[in-house]
Amino acid sequence: MKLSGILLPWVSVLCVGLLGVGTYGALFVAPADYQQGEAARIMYVHVPAAWMSLATFVFMAVASALALIFRHPLSDLCAKACAPIGAGFTFLALLTGALWGGPMWGTFWEWDPRLTSQLILLFIYFGYMAIWSTIEDPTRAARVAAVLALVGSIMVPIIHYSVDWWNSLHQGPSVFREGGPSIHPDMLWPLLVMALGYHAFLIAVLLVRMRTEIIRRRVRALQLRRVGGLA
Amino acid sequence: MSEFFAMGGYGLYIWPCFIATVIVLGGLALVSWLGWKRQTALFERLQAEPSPAPEGPSSVVSSSASKGV
Repeated sequence: MKLSGILLPWVSVLCVGLLGVGTYGALFVAPADYQQGEAARIMYVHVPAAWMSLATFVFMAVASALALIFRHPLSDLCAKACAPIGAGFTFLALLTGALWGGPMWGTFWEWDPRLTSQLILLFIYFGYMAIWSTIEDPTRAARVAAVLALVGSIMVPIIHYSVDWWNSLHQGPSVFREGGPSIHPDMLWPLLVMALGYHAFLIAVLLVRMRTEIIRRRVRALQLRRVGGLA
Repeated sequence: MSEFFAMGGYGLYIWPCFIATVIVLGGLALVSWLGWKRQTALFERLQAEPSPAPEGPSSVVSSSASKGV
């Protein structure tokens, strides 16, 4: 709690700075793509969102596993706090992907392996959040939600390798691949700065949400004591 | 300037992407921050109340808390 209070302002400033520089790089510095022209600029918001939709899920699944194994109360809170952020990233990846696919593929949506698996990931995030909001008892909700997060983590490799395993409209990886990135340095650095900014965003919002959850638990404890005192 | 916003004819696709990103990320940050403010205020109010609260208000409080973000 104390550490998060010290960290939060720094991470927030870092996040705004990185996203600002990244956006500048994306819109003014990066050259237009030789095939896609200016439309390639969608990459700078689409790709980090898609990366983070998976990274957030991995983080959530690890926190859930730790919660199931060690029963540390913070890991439950951490996993719970991850879900809305991850859902936001997934939604953005799908939306910006559709807006990119429109002019490039001639269709906003296709039941394509990469697109469909990403949509399923969004539904898993929603299901995870629904568990927390429908099961009253937090301990039970935490356990059920953690199991869903672990089962759902099967989607992470499926999404990542979908472009290799099946014929997909979606292109293969061009940054994290064997032989190094295949894109121009002036396109790469704004992308990486944006990705770092998205990471900082995840950490900052996660800290806020975890603090909220800790206080929520304290409120609940106070309320239970009140009710106990009355009975 | 208008050439910049036209983005070689793709402005109609590019700008909504950037705007949606700002709305979703900004919205997430704002909602999270407001939730934190609300829980903190609730906690401080509960702590400030000296004696056990009567049945009515405390049940109102708990229902609004469980609806939280």
